[in-house]
Amino acid sequence: MSTVPDTTTKIRFAGDGTAFDVTGVQWIINPWDELSLTRALQLKEESNGAIEKVTVISVGLKETEPVIRKALAIGADEAIRIDTAPLDAYFVAKQIAGSIKDDGFDIVLCGIDSSDYNGSLVGGMLAEFLGIPSVSSISALNIENGEVSVNREIDGGKEVLSVELPFVAIIQKGVALEPRIPSMRGIMMARKKPLNVKAPVEADSLTEMISFEQLPAKAACKMVEEDNVKELVDLLHSEAKVI
Amino acid sequence: MSVLVYTENWDGKFKKLTYELASYAHEIANMLNTTVTALSIGDVNDDELKSLGRYGVSKALKVTGDKLGELVNQAFASVISQAAGHEKCDVIIFANNFSGKALAPMVSVKLNAGVGSGVTGVPSSLDPFTVPKKVFTGKAYAHVVIKSPVRILTLAQNSFGISESVVETTIESFSPELTGADFKTKVNDVSKVTGKVLLNDAEIVISGGRGMKGAEHWGPLEELANLLGGATACSRPVSDEGWRPHEEHTGQTGKIIAPNLYFAFGISGAIQHLAGVSSSKVIVAVNKDPDAPIFEAADYGIIGNAHKVLPELIKAVEVLKAE
Ligand SMILES: Cc1cc2nc3c(=O)[nH]c(=O)nc-3n(C[C@H](O)[C@H](O)[C@H](O)COP(=O)(O)OP(=O)(O)OC[C@H]3O[C@@H](n4cnc5c(N)ncnc54)[C@H](O)[C@@H]3O)c2cc1C
Ligand SMILES: Nc1ncnc2c1ncn2[C@@H]1O[C@H](COP(=O)(O)O)[C@@H](O)[C@H]1O
Repeated sequence: MSTVPDTTTKIRFAGDGTAFDVTGVQWIINPWDELSLTRALQLKEESNGAIEKVTVISVGLKETEPVIRKALAIGADEAIRIDTAPLDAYFVAKQIAGSIKDDGFDIVLCGIDSSDYNGSLVGGMLAEFLGIPSVSSISALNIENGEVSVNREIDGGKEVLSVELPFVAIIQKGVALEPRIPSMRGIMMARKKPLNVKAPVEADSLTEMISFEQLPAKAACKMVEEDNVKELVDLLHSEAKVI
Repeated sequence: MSVLVYTENWDGKFKKLTYELASYAHEIANMLNTTVTALSIGDVNDDELKSLGRYGVSKALKVTGDKLGELVNQAFASVISQAAGHEKCDVIIFANNFSGKALAPMVSVKLNAGVGSGVTGVPSSLDPFTVPKKVFTGKAYAHVVIKSPVRILTLAQNSFGISESVVETTIESFSPELTGADFKTKVNDVSKVTGKVLLNDAEIVISGGRGMKGAEHWGPLEELANLLGGATACSRPVSDEGWRPHEEHTGQTGKIIAPNLYFAFGISGAIQHLAGVSSSKVIVAVNKDPDAPIFEAADYGIIGNAHKVLPELIKAVEVLKAE
């Protein structure tokens, strides 16, 4: 899971637009990862003990720990933090692969994108580093009699796939309806759950964000009277030329 | 050295999006003084492949095989990586759609190639290779340097447009090596929506929010969509309530679209909603609350009751169409 600025954060840049300004930013679990975690916990509960544990793993510096603790409070059994700044998707995927390759996880859930840099990359890269299959754009994930079935969204439709374990499930809308939130008891228990800090492995990054810019300001909205809808259609036709 | 563009097909056909990708690939090839090769996987006939020539694709590599009818991430990524090696490509281009998002990261690892994902334009510099993209769900731009010798780009839909540049396309068959290990996922069932303009392809999108008050009020939205050849969409609470199907929900946690024209009826314009639609060329908002944030994102607005405005709008469009 990745930790990202709360979705309503006002985005500002520091150092002449070379870095994201983190002053005052509230950090949250990336929304897709919250859904993935929710589905993982449901699957564990449905599995009658067949699924032993749900682990969350995050690549990030110490500041991310409160957000990782939140995942434990929601119900994850343990957490791993790889102690390094996430340089780019390739670097992050290599860190995760390096850490979990020998741990025998059957399903690795990832979100389809992180709402900070919108890479949509880590899941597919991770599968490739681990040498296991991936299915992307998953909107449902079910296990019945040990068989895993997933729904994948495609342009204009849906597919149902069967998958061999282990695999990487890249999650989007639909796998769980509402993300779980931590209960009081969950928050208490989270304090005692293991949060293991691991050293990073040797890895390169292949990309770098060198600068940022705000979107250009939008021109003011042209208002049309409610009883003059024809004028709107005229504007869309002759001024904006979109109809 | 050349540019490879992965041209996905839908039942053997290309879409506007394919030609946009080809146009974009051609522009980059021009900058690099090289040519564009398209890679097509699955059954696509030669006429369809040759249609890529209009947008500057000088060679089409064709890969067919009975197991390649549906997307299998491993197998497709392997085919694309082999084709890129065969053609000595140093730029590989995908759409930033569901298949591009699935395949680009895998090809990246196979070829040690950095990815600029969701890019919105051609490189601003070739050395270092720098591309623009939107970040923070559409709230800002970033300039990304790709440091590896081979670069992968996934292009945000509708961000470049189509430009013609006619060449003759030669077609070549290509036979990659695939093994059983490339086919560990299996598609058992496919259900497709037919006879409707798909939200991702639509030039005009008619969207409704909680202000529409209920599923029974969607008739006029559908009528307007039909009239304009557009698609219908909605905000998240609308699909959560089950007023509309989930595929229609736009926003940060739904579809991200960039049509030419987006109508928002009874949508407040929450930041998470705008994340999915703010790249639209023109936004029209109809909302009874003059302070609704949607008016900050909109180009044209009406402060008023959507239920009153819609029938008037349909009438006015009908008059325009009749002219
Ligand atoms: C992590 C996260 C992710 C989210 N992702 C998404 C997402 O992807 N997409 C999304 O849409 N939302 C998303 N949301 C929800 C988002 O915050 C808003 O709650 C939602 O967009 C509001 O939907 P709405 O505008 O339809 O409803 P409301 O906010 O209830 O707005 C209804 C609007 O209709 C107007 N109205 C009422 N009656 C009429 C009338 N008769 N005529 C004209 N106007 C009328 C009102 O003035 C109001 O502005 C997300 C939220 C979170 C926390
Ligand atoms: N720093 C990170 N640590 C752990 N997982 C991550 C990290 N960054 C991204 N991911 C995972 O990869 C998914 C997609 O992220 P991205 O490729 O950055 O858009 C996220 O939803 C997470 O599941």
